[in-house]
Amino acid sequence: MEYSLKGKIIVGGTAKGMVLSTTQPINFLSSLDHRTGRITDKNHELCGKFLKDSILMFPYAVGSSVGAYSIFALKSNGASPSGIICTLKTDITTASGCAIANIPLLELCKDQVIPEIENSSEGIIDGGYLQIKKV
Amino acid sequence: MDLTREEEDALDGKNGNPISTAYKILLSIGKATNAEKLIPVEWVHLSGVNYNTIGDAGVEFLTKYSEAQFVVPTTINPMGYDSHQQNNLSSNFHKQQGKIAKAYKKMGSIPSFSCIPYELFQLPESGHSVSFAESNAAVMANSVFGLRTNKESSLSALASAITGKAPYSDLRIDSTRDPKIRIKINKELKTELDYGVLGYFSGKSVKESCVSFGSDISNIDMYKTKSLSAALGTSGACGMFSSRDTHDETITFGKEEEKSVIDELNTTDSGDVIALGSPQLGMYELELLSKLIAGKKFSKKCMIFCARSVYEKSCKSGMAKILENAGANIICDACTCLSPLVSREEYDGVITNSVKAAHYLNKSNGVSVCLKDLKSIVMEYAK
Repeated sequence: MEYSLKGKIIVGGTAKGMVLSTTQPINFLSSLDHRTGRITDKNHELCGKFLKDSILMFPYAVGSSVGAYSIFALKSNGASPSGIICTLKTDITTASGCAIANIPLLELCKDQVIPEIENSSEGIIDGGYLQIKKV
Repeated sequence: MDLTREEEDALDGKNGNPISTAYKILLSIGKATNAEKLIPVEWVHLSGVNYNTIGDAGVEFLTKYSEAQFVVPTTINPMGYDSHQQNNLSSNFHKQQGKIAKAYKKMGSIPSFSCIPYELFQLPESGHSVSFAESNAAVMANSVFGLRTNKESSLSALASAITGKAPYSDLRIDSTRDPKIRIKINKELKTELDYGVLGYFSGKSVKESCVSFGSDISNIDMYKTKSLSAALGTSGACGMFSSRDTHDETITFGKEEEKSVIDELNTTDSGDVIALGSPQLGMYELELLSKLIAGKKFSKKCMIFCARSVYEKSCKSGMAKILENAGANIICDACTCLSPLVSREEYDGVITNSVKAAHYLNKSNGVSVCLKDLKSIVMEYAK
């Protein structure tokens, strides 16, 4: 199965990776290990998963304003997602962090049906679209 | 977002690399928040000062961009320790923290090392636009002081300090400041801890930028307001609360909702250190505590985090002496949350009344937390 979702480009670029999808917001400062990209927050459904080379799909970031530096640190440490999709709204922390770290960032457009996306899918961000391929 | 000719040129690098990067950040957050244009801001408050939070990548970034100059008054958040006191942090921590302080100084910041700029400085008047990172400060600025800021990130506020501009969007626009969602409080709130728990629940529950608590929260004191703001900013994306009523969606906060927050953050029954001040304590809270503790002594180690100018005032008024006689260590320039002074290596559990501190101590520092309100802390751990 293969389909394509439309998004608003916040930070441009192309990216490819395994989809890591959650309906829970993320605090980039307190929820993960910035050296390895592992989610460490026991109260988060992605706890134990690694962000490295993924297409991270999440609603929006919460909490610390320093989370922008955390995104930049993930990239510097080679542990960041390849691309990020905000599914509900793009917050300032994620937008500014991705702008500095050069991580492609899309916000999903609201005028489309968004199917349930499985974590084992492959995602490609290209030119304002997210393509999903089930592998 | 439309940029003027000058802004386009600056983005293209005409005024140098740091300014171009600042416009790149503003462009991304302008797109994210659907801004039409950039507008001037009159004050900036920056987070991203503590080496414990921004790490080596942050130090490298700031050192590289420190040739830029801030064009508006800019205050900065706490760092990792009190530079006037001895500590046992590594020489690397001191070296890297020193580089951060030096970079901000070079850019022209006011060396406030405080997360409560609203208590220390004469900020612009109500209605004016500012750019505040630091979750409690942004929420306080919008909700209590009538300033207009989005819930900025360290980097977006840095871009505003360098350019003097921010996107005209979200909480800088009247319609967003009009709450569309209401938290109905269904239980009695007495202490600053109760308000922190309410804030934490609310941040998790609403995705809007502004939330209403109705008239239930009017006339609460500074301690409760700071506790509410800090917790709201910690758990969510919400940057403002309002007492203005709304007939739109309502979410109830009662005993069950309170319990869910306590269950998540209260992770031990007691601790080996008391840590107060996240946000840093101001004169009001120091006075409150000094009245409670006068003539008593803490039975456990007690760390009190406050701004240096607050400490200096409390020395003059005699309050600092009362607190120090009770055995408290007053620490300036740092804050309970994310200070390496409150580490897992040194402590098994921390007793605090701050919900914000409880979040970061549990999740970032890996230290268990015992949440109690200030009066109960004094009652149980001082005699």
